[in-house]
Amino acid sequence: MKLKELESCLQQVDGFEEPKILLEQYPTSPHIAGCMLYTIHNTFDDIQNKLVADLGCGCGVLSIGAAVLDAGLCVGFDIDEDALDIFKGNVEDFELSNIDMVQCDVCSIGSSYAKKFDTVIMNPPFGTKHNQGIDMQFLQTAISMASTAVYSLHKTSTRDSSDMTCQHLISSTKRSRLIFKWTSFDLLQHKRQKGNRVALQNFSYRLL
Amino acid sequence: MKLLTHNMLTSHVQGVIKGYPLIIKATEVKVNELEFSAPFVSRMIPKLEWSALIQAAEWLGQSQDLPSTLIPDYEKDEEFLRKVHRILLEVEVVEGCLQCPESGREFPISKGVPNMLLIEDE
Repeated sequence: MKLKELESCLQQVDGFEEPKILLEQYPTSPHIAGCMLYTIHNTFDDIQNKLVADLGCGCGVLSIGAAVLDAGLCVGFDIDEDALDIFKGNVEDFELSNIDMVQCDVCSIGSSYAKKFDTVIMNPPFGTKHNQGIDMQFLQTAISMASTAVYSLHKTSTRDSSDMTCQHLISSTKRSRLIFKWTSFDLLQHKRQKGNRVALQNFSYRLL
Repeated sequence: MKLLTHNMLTSHVQGVIKGYPLIIKATEVKVNELEFSAPFVSRMIPKLEWSALIQAAEWLGQSQDLPSTLIPDYEKDEEFLRKVHRILLEVEVVEGCLQCPESGREFPISKGVPNMLLIEDE
């Protein structure tokens, strides 16, 4: 599948009807999701026939993309029932069978799913709504859940603390090899309730 | 909820030491076809709590002659892999609940989605 095909496919994914600002709900843009998943699949082969987790899946843009790219199974995790309802609708529209979902608080997962998933993909809340540090919690959980790789979007301004979080977590699991690859994507526009646009620069990385 | 997912779910109710496996009480189950992939299924098998899977299959009345312990060389047994594929990925619990084996707390499953959220003092 070509990148453009994947992107136009993801454009069909329904977004939030009434985004909850406190949960930082917004659909990952088809362009960013497409680029991210395309790279994960073609460069790293971390989707096809793999067990994938999508933390803070929301309406499921990333999960649907992973499923379309033939993930063995993609499991979405989100705290919000309304978002999961929309996700369900999307799964039905796309007629995908390799998707499952769980309603839970990602911050409470701890080490329950330690190393159970091959790959974790996510666009976590950034921690801009009285929930500072939540992106690092998501990252911590993702690292514990993934046996091979974590792909995540974060604000550029948090790059240093992400680096430090990852180094700390990985040294505690005694990994001998650590490679970061930073990729910058296009600006993501986050629409606030009052109509102000806030542009955030995003990056994602892969841990080996 | 597929059984591959169920195999990972645990209860975190306060004070519970081993909230696993969650007892499945299903009121609606369906089978949703999914393309079989031998490499995926054989890679998933070592990650599973096999006895929990067998137990889950029994609760759903879908035991299908699956062995209670893993046979050696299962990677080469396509018939076996196809049975595992069906139970792990095609059988889905649509409505019902999951019960913590220690505390008895029930987690509802609605429209195929288990709700593992705990209220504040749990």
